[in-house]
Amino acid sequence: MNAVLEVKDIGIDFGGVRAVDEVSFEIRPGQIFSIIGPNGAGKTTMFNLISGVYTPSRGAVKLAGEDVTGLPPHRLARLGLSRTFQNLQVYFRMTAVENVMVGRHIHEHVGITAQLFNLPSVRAQNRASRQKAMELLDFVGLADKADEPAGSLPYGALKRLEIARSLALGPKLLLLDEPAAGCNAVETEEIDGLIQEIAKSGVTVALVEHDMRLVMKISDRILVLDYGRKLIEGTATEVRNDPEVIAAYLGAHGQTEAARADH
Amino acid sequence: MAFLKGKYGVLLAIAIIVLILPVAFPSNYYFRIATLVWISALAVIGLNLLMGYAGQVSLGHAGFFGMGAYAVAVGPTHLGIPPVASALLGAASAGLLAFVVGRPILKLRGHYLAVATLGMGILVAMVLNNEAQWTGGPDGMPVSRLVLFGFKVKGPVMWYWITAGFLFVGAWLALNLVDSPLGRALRALHDSETAARVGGIDVARHKLIVFVISAVYAAVAGSLLAFFDGLVTPNTAGFLHSIQLVTMVVLGGMGSILGSLVGAAVLVTLPQALTVFHDYEHLMLGLMMMLFMIFLRRGIVPTLRDRIAGRVQ
Ligand SMILES: Nc1ncnc2c1ncn2[C@@H]1O[C@H](COP(=O)(O)OP(=O)(O)O)[C@@H](O)[C@H]1O
Ligand SMILES: [Mg+2]
Repeated sequence: MNAVLEVKDIGIDFGGVRAVDEVSFEIRPGQIFSIIGPNGAGKTTMFNLISGVYTPSRGAVKLAGEDVTGLPPHRLARLGLSRTFQNLQVYFRMTAVENVMVGRHIHEHVGITAQLFNLPSVRAQNRASRQKAMELLDFVGLADKADEPAGSLPYGALKRLEIARSLALGPKLLLLDEPAAGCNAVETEEIDGLIQEIAKSGVTVALVEHDMRLVMKISDRILVLDYGRKLIEGTATEVRNDPEVIAAYLGAHGQTEAARADH
Repeated sequence: MAFLKGKYGVLLAIAIIVLILPVAFPSNYYFRIATLVWISALAVIGLNLLMGYAGQVSLGHAGFFGMGAYAVAVGPTHLGIPPVASALLGAASAGLLAFVVGRPILKLRGHYLAVATLGMGILVAMVLNNEAQWTGGPDGMPVSRLVLFGFKVKGPVMWYWITAGFLFVGAWLALNLVDSPLGRALRALHDSETAARVGGIDVARHKLIVFVISAVYAAVAGSLLAFFDGLVTPNTAGFLHSIQLVTMVVLGGMGSILGSLVGAAVLVTLPQALTVFHDYEHLMLGLMMMLFMIFLRRGIVPTLRDRIAGRVQ
């Protein structure tokens, strides 16, 4: 089967810094593909390159076989790419359910005049978007917060709200950038569960996550970045046993963590 | 006052205000002031869609207002176009200008966008000032009375009801928009352009759409004022008027349709009420505006609504 995502020799510079340098990889349908690496390794930058937020200086990105290098984010969204943000990008002045309804944007087809006059087609569209959004809020456990302003929700809830919103787009490929960062153990557990359910539902997932135990447990493939470069890509076992990874990234602490995850 | 939050609550509030006020009005003078409020409020609702909902500032909206006003002056006088058709042409021209200049300038943000829209407004005012053979130059020009179906539209009372009708419809359309896919997209890009983009929203296109819509609101309001006053002057398109419109949006409440009406009402009526202070009139006006902003920072309607709902600021 064709790769969902194909990244070829991609790179971007900020001033003199090569934030991502000559990285290539493929994500196959249905996989959970994790990207790990120390802070500043270029993981978020990689997501920004894939989702069109940054235009790569070098290299190419293919979605389902189609070259999409340099396409703006809103075009990529229509090709089935969705993501969350490490630093929350919530619509704080809108309610929780409205946040998710915005995620339905590419599925909303009503004319401007119809919207000004609130024609029946628009009312039907609003109902449909709201219903879908409610299902997703229910999925992430926020159904009871639907009509509260997003700005009044606690941090952990906002992380889940972003997941619901990103799913509303109906993605083929979902990029999750540290979905559990800053969450406590219980919240992290909940988000782990969500990720696995999303993957089970057939959505291909690219995950950036610091919790090594989680990454080792649920990833089909793992890409290790270091200073913007690809250190290794492989299965959890391959990555865990790679001497370069152990030396450069996991270190003594990581080794014990990884070993523990084995059992 | 929680009912003021829903769409129909806001429309009901406007309807009640419009229907009840005349009972208390002792003279035509009050109808005149109220008419000016309705006209300003219409322009302010449009500007609020742009500023309060989509988060894009315009310091040149009086330019669009002026285009609407001059259209109903110039069209019938110089081109033989019927008044109502002239008004429609004015609205279309303002929309077209917004579409053309909006493309490049809406790429700008914050202060840069403010300066660019300011420039656009000044340009329109300059053209109206300089093309004296068409516009009467700095003195302005008269507008012939509106005649509909052989019936002369005149007098503050009649205009009170006409402009109130426009205000009501303008508020209804705006409220519809806010709760539609387009309105949600606008509010979203206000809070996070990146998230909106990644969510499939063509941000540039959406900013352009709301800019055009708000320009049309301003132009229609301008046409109404010209018909009502029977006179247009370049001041309607001037910088000071643009600032007044922005002040009305902020004073009444960004992202509040009812706030647009309240902001317009305050800024139109306060100078009238403050004339009792004679020489200190402007001083008092400036002082009151500062106090409003200090104590009702998010605008009169949103702040009061939250206070009354019992939420502590
Ligand atoms: N917009 C930008 N401008 C300048 N430098 C950037 C920008 N985005 C990322 N970088 C730099 O690129 C490197 C990788 O950052 P990032 O991708 O956020 O790392 P990670 O997500 O792996 O922690 C860092 O050195 C960071 O400072
Ligand atoms: Mg990061």
